Amino acid sequence: MKQQESKFQDAVDWYISGFAAFEENLNGGSQLPFHKLRKKAVKKLSENGFPGPRDEEWKYTSVAPILGQAFGLPDAPATESSLEIAPLTFEDADRNLLVFVNGSFSKGLSRLTSQAEGVVVCTLSEALQNHADLVNASLGLFTDIGTGGFTALNTAFAAEGTFIHVPDNVELTDVIHIVHIAEPAKPFVVHPRNLFVFGDNTRASLIETFHGQGPGSYFTNLVSEFIVGDNARVDHLKIQQESTEAFHVSNVNVQQKRDSVFSAVNVDLGGALVRNDVNVELAAEHCETHLFGFYLGSGKQHIDNHTFVDHAMAHCFSNELYKGILDGQSKGVFNGKILVRQDAQKTNALQSNKTLLLTDDASINAKPQLEIFADDVKCTHGATIGQLDDEALFYLRARGISEEMAGAMLRHAFISDVLEGIKLDAVRQNLDAQIIERFTDVKSDS
Amino acid sequence: MLKIKNLEVAVEGNQILRGLNLEVNAGEVHAIMGPNGGGKSTLANVLAGREEYEVLAGSVEYNGVDLMELGPEERAHAGIFLAFQYPVEIPGVSMSNFLKTALNQTRGARGQEALDAMEFFSLIREKLKVVNMDEKFLSRAINQGFSGGEKKRNEIFQMAVLEPKLAILDETDSGLDIDALKVVSNGVNTLRSKDNATVVVTHYQRLLNYIVPDFVHVLVDGQIVKSGDKSLALQLEDQGYDWVKDELAEPAAA
Repeated sequence: MKQQESKFQDAVDWYISGFAAFEENLNGGSQLPFHKLRKKAVKKLSENGFPGPRDEEWKYTSVAPILGQAFGLPDAPATESSLEIAPLTFEDADRNLLVFVNGSFSKGLSRLTSQAEGVVVCTLSEALQNHADLVNASLGLFTDIGTGGFTALNTAFAAEGTFIHVPDNVELTDVIHIVHIAEPAKPFVVHPRNLFVFGDNTRASLIETFHGQGPGSYFTNLVSEFIVGDNARVDHLKIQQESTEAFHVSNVNVQQKRDSVFSAVNVDLGGALVRNDVNVELAAEHCETHLFGFYLGSGKQHIDNHTFVDHAMAHCFSNELYKGILDGQSKGVFNGKILVRQDAQKTNALQSNKTLLLTDDASINAKPQLEIFADDVKCTHGATIGQLDDEALFYLRARGISEEMAGAMLRHAFISDVLEGIKLDAVRQNLDAQIIERFTDVKSDS
Repeated sequence: MLKIKNLEVAVEGNQILRGLNLEVNAGEVHAIMGPNGGGKSTLANVLAGREEYEVLAGSVEYNGVDLMELGPEERAHAGIFLAFQYPVEIPGVSMSNFLKTALNQTRGARGQEALDAMEFFSLIREKLKVVNMDEKFLSRAINQGFSGGEKKRNEIFQMAVLEPKLAILDETDSGLDIDALKVVSNGVNTLRSKDNATVVVTHYQRLLNYIVPDFVHVLVDGQIVKSGDKSLALQLEDQGYDWVKDELAEPAAA
């Protein structure tokens, strides 16, 4: 208990002691302007530590299992990975692949089409060297390192990730798929750091997937930043399929400018302990935000989704739909905060969170949180918790469909409206098939 | 085909069927009539395998097999089909996906090969005609937003696709206007053959003008108390059920 009150001091000490060695290995990297931010983050981590049980935002998610392990940075890969990348990619979305294996960029597995003039798609490390001005103008701008310890931790150790810069009036024709693969020969932590800057009147579609290969514990500590320019349209699909021993903490920060549309679908299929934060600031008028997500828990998985939709200006629309299906002894947390500031008149904000509990031992803590300071707004929220519909199950079985398949079809149907948020047909169909397969794989771990 | 002997069934602790006897042979159409609460729907549902119905006594033999030992899907594979009184809406599952899964799992259980997408759609198109349904139905979610008539037609459509040996229609006529009733009846009659049997559970004689039964049974208080031919249905329509009840009460009173 003492340790928790002191904000996990042992873990703080462990990571800070690793920082010196990390700094040395940066070679010239410690001379770059970004390094100042790293040092600031180390200071914040040292001051504030990691969130404990008394932290309101972490009330239902104990990070003790993550901090109880002394994760070090992974060894640099000795050779190019011999992984088969094709099974992890999607038809019609495989022309631009950025593949990271154990946090390191794999040039051999990656491929990029030629981009329009002025478009930058590269690793963060390359961007820090070659596009320093673009990076420094935006990196860390919308990510608060002062509160959550993990965001500070990511910032302190951020060295690799993906940088995308799309100049005004450019539409990316091809999807960009960022693939993170973990092959934990020994336990490690990776801190992927993404910066996506979309100029005015741009259009882009990103997929980011996380895959755990083989046994062994590891920790993915992700921070992504999106800047969505005036009238830009950005789609983001994140699929988290870490291994059953993995920890995954992600912090996605989005700033939307006037008339922009940001649509995200967040999918959680794997991980032992998962915490996702998505923070969207609707910073100008007439923005539109779609936050969709679903999570499938089984065994003893713990999956926590926190969203924060910040309506700062008038005439914006946000629509949020998160659904969970929890089996075995899995636990879900959903905290959806909507803030409507005083200037955000005519806001229309919708939020819905629905959960299916398949067993008596599965549980969900669902908390909608509305804070409204404007008087002419429309905000609705709802949270439901239920079981599989016995009537529907009987109907399907009475038509000759096995109990197992009928259950799978109903579970799939439950999340079908979230899946429909995935606009790329080939990707959605691929995910559909994977999900049905998972549902018909008879209670392997529950 | 079907031999029900002395069947006693309870639902949530309340006994509904109290020693029901019925025998149905291939090629026959049986109508089960009776007042509300008599056990008509319970009989239909217990035959389809609804699990919350508790069999207290008696036996149900279907083509020599103890039906009560089979799960609902196994009964479907064996050729039993229940047209539901209240077909459930299942959002998120398309009719086409549902039918393809149902048909291919049933074919698999019957030792037939699964149909590929093209074979499936040509079969479906042919069966849609039986109930005058549009192809657009296939892309809709099961029964979601269907009108009462569409739901009932959908039941008969599924029956046409799955080609059961024993079809049980649970108040399929309720809530249908005369045109829909004709479509539904026509569908049922199209599927009649000397090899299959139909049990029509209904409250009203009207349906039996279109689906002409070989036998009519009156189910009161969990028992079949009177059986006859189609003229019995007309008599019931004319005079209600009270005279049957009175007839029953008389010997006891005497």
